[in-house]
Amino acid sequence: MLAFILRRLVQSVIVMLTVALVAFALFRFVGDPIASMVGQETTLAERAEIRQALGLNDPFPVQFWTFLSRAVQGDFGISYRLQQPVMELILSRLPATLELALISGIMAFLFGVGFGVYTALRRGNWLSGSIMTVSLIGVSLPTFLIGVLLIWVFAVELQWLPSFGRGETVYIGDWWRTGLLTPSGRASLILPAITLGLYQMTLIMRLVRAEMLEVLRTDYIKFARARGLSNRAVHFGHALKNTLVPVITITGLQMGSIIAFSIITETVFQWPGVGALFINSVRFVDVPVMAAYLMLIALVFVVINLVVDLLYYAVDPRLRVDRASARS
Amino acid sequence: MNMLLTKARSGLLMGVAASALVLTSVAAHSETIRWARVGDALTLDPHSQNEGPTHTLNHHIYETLVGRDIDGSLTARLATEWEISEEDDSVWIFRIREGVTFHDGTPMTAEDVVFSLDRARTPPSGMAALHAAVEDVTAEDDHTVHVRMSGPAPLYVQNLTNTFIMSKAWAEENGVEVAPDFAAGEEAYSVRNTNGTGPYRLVERDPEVRTVLERFDDHWDDTPEVTEIIYTPISEAATRVAALLSGEVDIVQDVPVQDIARLEQTDGVIVSRGPENRNIFFSYDMTSDSLASSDAEGNPFATPEVREAMSLAIDRNAIRQVVMRGESQPSAAPLPPFVNGWTEEMDAFSDPDLDRARGLMEEAGYGDGFTVQLDCPNDRYLNDEAICQALVGMMAQIGITVDLNSQTRSLHFPLIENWETDFYLLGWGVPTFDSQYVFDFLVHTREGSYGSFNGSRYSNPELDEKIQALATMTELEERDALIAEIWEEVMEEHIFLNVHNQVLAYAMRDGINLDVHPENQPHMTTITFD
Repeated sequence: MLAFILRRLVQSVIVMLTVALVAFALFRFVGDPIASMVGQETTLAERAEIRQALGLNDPFPVQFWTFLSRAVQGDFGISYRLQQPVMELILSRLPATLELALISGIMAFLFGVGFGVYTALRRGNWLSGSIMTVSLIGVSLPTFLIGVLLIWVFAVELQWLPSFGRGETVYIGDWWRTGLLTPSGRASLILPAITLGLYQMTLIMRLVRAEMLEVLRTDYIKFARARGLSNRAVHFGHALKNTLVPVITITGLQMGSIIAFSIITETVFQWPGVGALFINSVRFVDVPVMAAYLMLIALVFVVINLVVDLLYYAVDPRLRVDRASARS
Repeated sequence: MNMLLTKARSGLLMGVAASALVLTSVAAHSETIRWARVGDALTLDPHSQNEGPTHTLNHHIYETLVGRDIDGSLTARLATEWEISEEDDSVWIFRIREGVTFHDGTPMTAEDVVFSLDRARTPPSGMAALHAAVEDVTAEDDHTVHVRMSGPAPLYVQNLTNTFIMSKAWAEENGVEVAPDFAAGEEAYSVRNTNGTGPYRLVERDPEVRTVLERFDDHWDDTPEVTEIIYTPISEAATRVAALLSGEVDIVQDVPVQDIARLEQTDGVIVSRGPENRNIFFSYDMTSDSLASSDAEGNPFATPEVREAMSLAIDRNAIRQVVMRGESQPSAAPLPPFVNGWTEEMDAFSDPDLDRARGLMEEAGYGDGFTVQLDCPNDRYLNDEAICQALVGMMAQIGITVDLNSQTRSLHFPLIENWETDFYLLGWGVPTFDSQYVFDFLVHTREGSYGSFNGSRYSNPELDEKIQALATMTELEERDALIAEIWEEVMEEHIFLNVHNQVLAYAMRDGINLDVHPENQPHMTTITFD
């Protein structure tokens, strides 16, 4: 067990280093940060001086090494754009993104499973038909367009929900700002959560539906019916239970993508999370923030994969038995 | 007698009208303005960044010695009078307004002005370049400040419209005696905390989310109608417009060109328009022996006939109609109309004359045309990429095959800085409202502080001498004559293939009156309500 965890940890570190290296190599193609940092009156000599002071003229390996040695100590430098320490900036934006990701993940899971079960059980019914069609439209339209459409319908035409921002927020503890405890915060969350979770919802729905159809055809379901169990017990106690294992795995893995791909949703709704921070930083060539953000996303994926691997190990008895017998 | 009576009566009427106004403004307009634009101020430090949106927000909290009015003229703010010393023409004298207090209640004196000007001109302040000619700043008494320049500098006062005055004691107390440094590695106190003399006080600052300002009641000037300002950046154009239409914001400053017409027809929304102090033009490498991106023999842009042919092939009115949907002012010279040195002829341009243009190309020996790459930003100016695309078609008509390379501004501007582009688009604003600024940066040979945006590599020692002379000429009529002379040469050489002046539009809830500011720095104190 310990060897397994250690091996996984070493692999994770290698992944993080690779991401850092690739990200750093890419930054050279994003452009020159100086152009957006100084006014147009600044002389060429002064620009060169700033570039030198920021270490932008150093050779690539030196820049990379400086970044790594600082990052290990948790120091990602100061944002070129907002002049705040990068770690503080990202930590202050993270709660917004995590809340959005969590709520849209939960919504995607609940509605995905619900619709999936319904469409599997009531095949051919007009409602299932329309659910399937609408979900297909939802999954084929780009997130940006869905966001704008939702804003147009619910904010401009109906004026039910706010079109941008996070509403009123309150602090829990020292730095976690939540919008979940205020009415305007909850109202602000609805449209972005739908936009962000629509794709995942469709994915889960189709997965559940396919699995359900598969399971409903198996022999043990027939036996369950033969035993005279109620529909309810058969559908939810036996069929759904057995479809959920792959669904939970997928949902867990998708959480990483929800956090990473919240960039577009956050931009459309002016949601003050790390995704919007990243986009603004790219526009400004704010290298310290970009580097820290990419490392953070890599970390999220690495941790989720690590946890999933450990869960497999815990859940799958065969894995443990094999190891044990191999050792003896 | 009769005159007097009329005057008295109208005075009385005015008084009644004014009290009525006061009544209604108290009843209906204890007003909060929710103001949205594309990006946030980068910092609240008064000297750290020389950037438009940063200055615009800071103008509400801090004040400058002189201000810029809607028509481009200077107004008295913290300085009540300014003049060049009679004894020594390299000294500027500023009389500082009395009875001004900072938001923390301390009075503002000449000491604070001296401190602020020194802070602004010391690197890493972003404002340092505007004060490069300052030798020293001294307080003569509590309300007089002398600024000694390295030589006569008749235009120096024009550089002060964005240099804010801060409290010396407050800066020292909080360890921000110098502007924050990017390389320092920690956040300065002044980035998110303020103590200015402006008409509004900072209540809440949440960068990129929300900034709240409330009216400062001890301000020296007239009390503005707006009592509270809530400033929210909304980066996505569609969301910004939606927020206005749904009534969640009152003013949208950066209205996308394609939405202006639609917004004007929407009930409850009005659009305020005006010229911006920014000109859009193309320029090209005029001096290299050959062009890196071209298949042509030699450098076609070095040939005056080719440059003239291009100016005959560009259809500025078509760009205005099709690309800008009517929202631009086509012109022939890279100079907005309110800038000193502008003449009406500068806006005049001949209609496209393709036959003559082709003839000129033939004469120059490029009858079969040539290929060249055009570098264009796609996120800096209004419809910048679309303007470049339009030019591609127009140049094709005279045989110039343009290969368009449009990219983000952080990749585009270094090309001009490093002389790595043969043909490019650039926009230029003139914050000093004087032609010299254009010549210094775009026409003068690149050396020292001159010519940093001269991507044409144009170099004319005679012209350089004239440009340098402008800086110290105190006789304004002579100076204007010299400016005209320089412009004539610049236009004749076709250094710029000019397109238009940008037009600004602000959209707002019906009932709000706010004029467009040429520097795109709207001031919420100028808002009135119907």
